[in-house]
Amino acid sequence: MADASTSSRGDLKLTRITKSYSDFNAVDDLSLTIKEGSFFALLGPSGCGKTTTLRMIAGLEEPTAGSIHIGTTDITTMKPYQRPVNTVFQNYALFPHLSIYENIAFGLRRRGIKDVKSAVDKALDLVELPHLADRKPNQLSGGQQQRIALARAIINRPALLLLDEPLGALDLKLRRQMQIELKWIQKEVGLTFVHVTHDQEEAMTMADTVALMHDGKIEQMGSPADLYDNPKSAFVANFLGQSNLIDGKIVDSDGDNFVVDLFGQKVSVLKSRSSAKDASVLFGIRPEKLRIQPSDADKPGNVLTGGRIVDVSYIGVSTQYQVEMPWGQEIMVFEQNDDGIPPLAKGDGVRLSWEPIFSFALDGHEDATAGSEVEVSE
Amino acid sequence: MAFLQAAAKRANSFTGKRSRLPYLLLMPGMAFLSIFFILPILNLAATSTQSPAASGEIGSYVQTFQFSNYVDAFLESREQFARSFIYATFATLLALAISYPLAYAIAFKSGRWKNLLVVLVVAPFFTSFLLRTIAWKQILGENGPVVGPLRALHIIGQQTTLTASAFAVVTGMTYNFLPFMTLPLYASLDRIDPRTLEAAGDLYANGFTTFRKVTFPLSLPGVVAGTLLTFIPAAGDYVNAAILGNPSTKMVGNVIDSRFFRIVDYPTAAALSFMLMAAILILITVYIRRSGTEELI
Amino acid sequence: MSTVEVPVPTLPFGKRFTRWFGRNTIRIYAVVGFTYLFIPVLYTFAFSFNDSAKSNLTWVGFTFKNWQNPCGAPEVCDALGNSIRIGLIATTVATILGTMIAFALGRHRFRGRSATNTLIFLPMATPEVVLGASLLAMFLNFGINPGFWPTVIAHIMFCISFVVVTVKARIASLDPRLEQAAMDLYANERETFRRITLPLVAPGIAGAALLAFSLSFDDFIITNFNSGTINTFPKFVYVSAGRGIPAQANVVGSSMFFLALFIVLTGELIGRKRRKH
Repeated sequence: MADASTSSRGDLKLTRITKSYSDFNAVDDLSLTIKEGSFFALLGPSGCGKTTTLRMIAGLEEPTAGSIHIGTTDITTMKPYQRPVNTVFQNYALFPHLSIYENIAFGLRRRGIKDVKSAVDKALDLVELPHLADRKPNQLSGGQQQRIALARAIINRPALLLLDEPLGALDLKLRRQMQIELKWIQKEVGLTFVHVTHDQEEAMTMADTVALMHDGKIEQMGSPADLYDNPKSAFVANFLGQSNLIDGKIVDSDGDNFVVDLFGQKVSVLKSRSSAKDASVLFGIRPEKLRIQPSDADKPGNVLTGGRIVDVSYIGVSTQYQVEMPWGQEIMVFEQNDDGIPPLAKGDGVRLSWEPIFSFALDGHEDATAGSEVEVSE
Repeated sequence: MAFLQAAAKRANSFTGKRSRLPYLLLMPGMAFLSIFFILPILNLAATSTQSPAASGEIGSYVQTFQFSNYVDAFLESREQFARSFIYATFATLLALAISYPLAYAIAFKSGRWKNLLVVLVVAPFFTSFLLRTIAWKQILGENGPVVGPLRALHIIGQQTTLTASAFAVVTGMTYNFLPFMTLPLYASLDRIDPRTLEAAGDLYANGFTTFRKVTFPLSLPGVVAGTLLTFIPAAGDYVNAAILGNPSTKMVGNVIDSRFFRIVDYPTAAALSFMLMAAILILITVYIRRSGTEELI
Repeated sequence: MSTVEVPVPTLPFGKRFTRWFGRNTIRIYAVVGFTYLFIPVLYTFAFSFNDSAKSNLTWVGFTFKNWQNPCGAPEVCDALGNSIRIGLIATTVATILGTMIAFALGRHRFRGRSATNTLIFLPMATPEVVLGASLLAMFLNFGINPGFWPTVIAHIMFCISFVVVTVKARIASLDPRLEQAAMDLYANERETFRRITLPLVAPGIAGAALLAFSLSFDDFIITNFNSGTINTFPKFVYVSAGRGIPAQANVVGSSMFFLALFIVLTGELIGRKRRKH
């Protein structure tokens, strides 16, 4: 039986993993490598297959096809208790009939380690809850339970620590705090963390690498900045932050740029930031990159004219505008309230401008609403 | 949403391969039930078509596939059959009428005493069932504290007795099966979120309307379970009839008992048993179908 | 800020009473209902102090001697002893068999699952007369006379279903993720069962055992068919109803009541303390 602390270290490699049920594939021919010691996030809407993937890594589900390796060890057919992998469950799954001390010590005891006291004390110190050792789980708050669940897993120093939406049940302030703490703990302990979440801000805050999943497949994988600044599909563009996607046609090529025609107005996009397959494109520009000015102003960069403000929302940090363009589409603009200039008003005629390097182009045949909240997820 | 739920269900039950463990777990218990439940029932079916042996010896019968036993038994005991079902129905309805407000009070009006009250509903039934029934016989009897005052107030005639009557039998049955009715009713009512009732009030329903349109329909599964759990044993009961009744209040259970022990007529007893079982099963099926609550098990 | 005294108009007594009555109808009914439930119990308890010789029908005088000498009427203790012995054996076997079935049904998928469920349900839906009579008929066919062991077998038979239903409900309420967490933390199947599943299902098993024992102890009809010459407590009461039930039987009945009440209330209090902590 493989032991958790032996040489099964190394990168986690999923090769062509598939999990099919009679009517659909929860995970569809998925391959990825997670570098040892990194903080990896599996992001996606509910039903995309991220939890199923996690459970297959933990051994709680059997893949229909494919293999899983940690370093050179093939763990595909190993039972959960044979794998050097521990999980922090979504609902914490603390054993209600055992004390906090025994909960944390559970994994060590099962591996035959007799002297657990110092390890348990250290684990409790790590999550800053040393005084709770003798309590029972139902006496703890949600945040405390979550941290104990974490301690219970980390104490075993697994090759891989899996976290299944561990912060979902916490309120906003606590969640933010835990995100910072988890990141810090991961750096402290040096384990590989695989974090499953549907909250894109959470994934981008905490992870070194993010894989965005959709319908059982990986849409795009890379650093958070990569995914955010350079989305390769409408789903990614809409799921992470918000994007304005405008139907357009590539009409010309100009050095490093494509020239795109948007309903008669011409803009440009870097060829390196275009995933278009043919001339038909979805031209993308994020709301915070747009500068909104009265129609008669004159800021440089790419420009779209003829807009009219139909909605203004003051958020404190920023002002959000909905701008109706001549072709009927409403464009979102986020303006930081950092220049003391009062916001523009509803009904004002405006022009939009941006730095050309911020735009991106997607395959025009894609569904422009994929990944946005407008889409009714299954 | 359906396939997500299906996936979640499959994801949650962790049994990897098809193991033999469930069969090993089942075998002892199911074997026991097969030998001591199914076999006897089948044997009873076989007995029901037997007829007296040629030797004339009391208690000895041979298999002759005499299905006329059923007809004979039914004709002979149709009065008791009818009586069993009538008494059982009365007892069930009375139990429902008495239990419902009680269960309602415990579920909604008892605050922190709720669990204690549930225990108190069941508590009287820790005393032996026989002792309770005999207690009623003595309370309602000539020397008890009930008959005297009732006669003095001219509510009943000087000659009428409360015991040894259909009234006493039904009363006894109702009393004895009360917890079978109250507990399912309580369980069902307790599940209702009181905020649902508040919402009804917010939407202009007065107390009675709220009950009629919201509370009662939501408690229906409990009503169905309770009536079934009461009716089934009541129909087959004979102890109440024996202790609190008289020869004219005999129920099917009494007949089966006497056929078995006093007259030693096994085929008739067997036939009666099967007819009783069949009648009950038919009634249950029809009742469950009509009330639309199939998942009782 | 000054407070102004506003005189509160008081309704006439009659009106106040009707209003109070209307609001509390259900509660008043509950009190009446509970009283009704306890009448035979109180009667039984009261008459356990009756200084009667044999027939406990009329009140003779108050005495403690029945309680001091519960086995003064030897048939009572004899029957009680049988009831307890039968109850303990039947409960043990039925609980073990039933718990195994409950685990099979509650934690595994297998073919014939719904058929098994139906088979478990059938004894609960069959009238006791039929259960008792059919078992007796079979015993007689095989030349086995009714007596102690046939009664035990009969009791096990009808108790299994109740055990299965009770334990199965408890298993169903057990979060499967707890067992998954245990396996994730290096416990194999046996260790997971021993350290996680069993302790968490134990209260359900205990409850099922208690239920089985009370069903067995209080059973009359099935026992009557299969016990032959031996007496159980309910059978003794029934048989002696004609010639007079000794007051010691009331002592036994009342004791069972208090004992059971004590057990249940203790369980409640322990559960309450555990939750509050």
